Amino acid sequence: MNKLKEKAKELLSSRAVQVVVGYEEGTGGKIRPAFVSRPEDADKLLYNADCHHNLALYLYKHETKRIGKMAVVAPPFVLRSILILTTEFQLEEDSLVVLGVTPEEELIEFANFKEIETWVNQHPIGMKEKDREMLNRLNAMSRDERWQFWQNEFSKCIKCFACRGTCPMCSCFRCTVDYNAPQWISVGSHQLGNFDWHLMRAMHLAGRCSVCGQCGEACPMDIPVHLLSFQINEDIFKMFGSRAGLTLKKESLLSTWKSNDVENFIR
Amino acid sequence: MKLIKKEDLPGLYGYLASAGKKIFAPVRKNGMVSFSFTSAFEEIEMSYIQTKLSAKAAAFPKIEKLMKYTIQKEGQSYEPYDVEKFPGIVVWGAHPCDAAAFHPLNAVFTWETHDKYFTRRLENLLIIGLSCTSHDEFCFCTSVGVHPGDTKGSDIQLTPLPGGDYLAEIITTKGEAVAAAVPALFSPAPGLNKEELVTSVEKRFDHEALHAKINGMFDHPVWKEQALRCIGCGACTYVCPICSCFDIQDEGGIFGGLRYRCWDSCGFGHFTIHTSGHNPRESQDTRWRQRLMHKFSYQPQRQEVFGCVGCGRCSRNCPVDMNISEHLTQIMAV
Amino acid sequence: MDQFEPKIVAFVCNWCTYAGADLTGTSRLKYAHNVRIIRFPCTGRIDFLLLQQAFAKGADGIIVSGCHPNDCHYTSGNFHARRRWMVFRQMLENMGVEAERIVFSWVSAAEGAKWADLVNETVESIKKLGPYHKYQDMAKSLEEWEVTHE
Repeated sequence: MNKLKEKAKELLSSRAVQVVVGYEEGTGGKIRPAFVSRPEDADKLLYNADCHHNLALYLYKHETKRIGKMAVVAPPFVLRSILILTTEFQLEEDSLVVLGVTPEEELIEFANFKEIETWVNQHPIGMKEKDREMLNRLNAMSRDERWQFWQNEFSKCIKCFACRGTCPMCSCFRCTVDYNAPQWISVGSHQLGNFDWHLMRAMHLAGRCSVCGQCGEACPMDIPVHLLSFQINEDIFKMFGSRAGLTLKKESLLSTWKSNDVENFIR
Repeated sequence: MKLIKKEDLPGLYGYLASAGKKIFAPVRKNGMVSFSFTSAFEEIEMSYIQTKLSAKAAAFPKIEKLMKYTIQKEGQSYEPYDVEKFPGIVVWGAHPCDAAAFHPLNAVFTWETHDKYFTRRLENLLIIGLSCTSHDEFCFCTSVGVHPGDTKGSDIQLTPLPGGDYLAEIITTKGEAVAAAVPALFSPAPGLNKEELVTSVEKRFDHEALHAKINGMFDHPVWKEQALRCIGCGACTYVCPICSCFDIQDEGGIFGGLRYRCWDSCGFGHFTIHTSGHNPRESQDTRWRQRLMHKFSYQPQRQEVFGCVGCGRCSRNCPVDMNISEHLTQIMAV
Repeated sequence: MDQFEPKIVAFVCNWCTYAGADLTGTSRLKYAHNVRIIRFPCTGRIDFLLLQQAFAKGADGIIVSGCHPNDCHYTSGNFHARRRWMVFRQMLENMGVEAERIVFSWVSAAEGAKWADLVNETVESIKKLGPYHKYQDMAKSLEEWEVTHE
């Protein structure tokens, strides 16, 4: 990844950007997001298959925006997230330099977001084998077994909102769960409060999820919350033939409609 | 100093359970070790480095129901939950960091107001400590004045011996009462140096020096730099054995409901937001600063306790590796 | 044993189904009394959180109904709603919720008889399914919370 380091150095020394958002080695063998604003620090940047954080999260935060113009190290799921955030008016093309990195760890430079759109359409992201297996297991269950599975998983939830905090699509300044008039979701981490929270979150991500799986990675209690989004993503593809993060057209699934949407359950 | 044999440990468990105590112990479930109420000795994991959640829930549960209320034409009425009904709880196998954490927690809950829910739960606790024979790179107890063999907070302290038996130190009168009830389980200890049995955790900084330094760092740029990657979740505070912030909520319908308190976190953006919309801690660095300043500046100043026992849970569980000991070491260096 | 009388909450739009239900009454058509009607400006306004709340507060079944496609007073509210329900129903299935307890329908202001049939059929089908204990038990989780649940 020397090319990435060189590019970052170049961008920072020429003052083309003020900060490069990327990955670095953390503590205890973990990888973590890094913010590099001096060319000499660019050497700590790295990229490999273990880089799971979705850095698109930082691109609209006022804490990072106030540093100045950003460059971001963008694996495929970050590229998709960038497209989604752009269609949702959270990002502007000229505020960002995108340093794409392929799963083969090669650097790709994008001149504009249109090129990102073309690239992500040519390079579909496969689901991890582990997640595919889990989805197959869930689909093979009876509905009661699925209920039991999720009840058991949610019983671990402590409502720390790491799943929300780490998700770039959770860009709302004020989340539904933070509203108290009316109080849609119980604040306490009891079974109903946990269930309502996860159902609400999964619904609000339906059709907008870039399928990075970071919510599941972030969960300190190891709840596979990402599977809810992964599964509905598959279902949505079956129903509507679309996946999020592949287009710059401003047509988010649940804020648009077609008169010929095919359903079979309305009497 | 006494000895309790490996095969006698279930006897101690059995005595406590038969005395009506609820046992809160490290249990391996769903692939992680966490403090959990258990009804079988076999479930207990005695050789763990650190549990996922701390033992604080035994006295400060994630939900504490405070009262029931009804609203009727005739007026309102409420009925507080009866602290007399709180069960006796044994925190079994708490490492010295967890055992020591109840003291600073208590300092918060008895600071200005004597919180009857917390204090009653604490009174009902019996803590069986477990000295550490291993640690990992996230442990830093020695840097904050706790030692892997410390007995502070424990009523009885167990120290594992290589053969599987345990040294047992009876620390408090509560502990003495237990030992007196089942004397057959305890035998005289062989002449051993406990120091040689426990692990040695490298000291990374001195907490008194840190306290002296951090007091004047409110406006230091280090917070902005450190907190950039913080995602503003509450994972660190919820796994922390000392973090004590809570929210109070009413849940119910038109004619009544119940009031409870639940964990809350200074990491959340909306934690300090005013009704006006103004937020005195408007960016993540001010929230991160609050977390560290609270633990190492305000709490020592006002309550004469440190808000950290070096268990390292926050660092282990942080989704973006906000490693607290790394950050504190950095603060000492700037 | 007393026969189980399900509680059914109906979320209906103001312009079509509410008027349709009104017509059922003025036409003197009798239908099952198990339904509690909640009027909304449009099906587009019926947030899925309302449906969650209804189950949590003890509903055994839910009816959601509004204008037929192309009849929406606001042109496209029901089209938005339709997509939302397509996704929401699937989401409920994925999480193990009994999605057939939510009945979706289009009932126009002229379809008083259809409303009566819809309610009667829904009541019948929910009676067969029985009370939704699973969800209701979950909703009691706070009331039944004990420290030993940690």
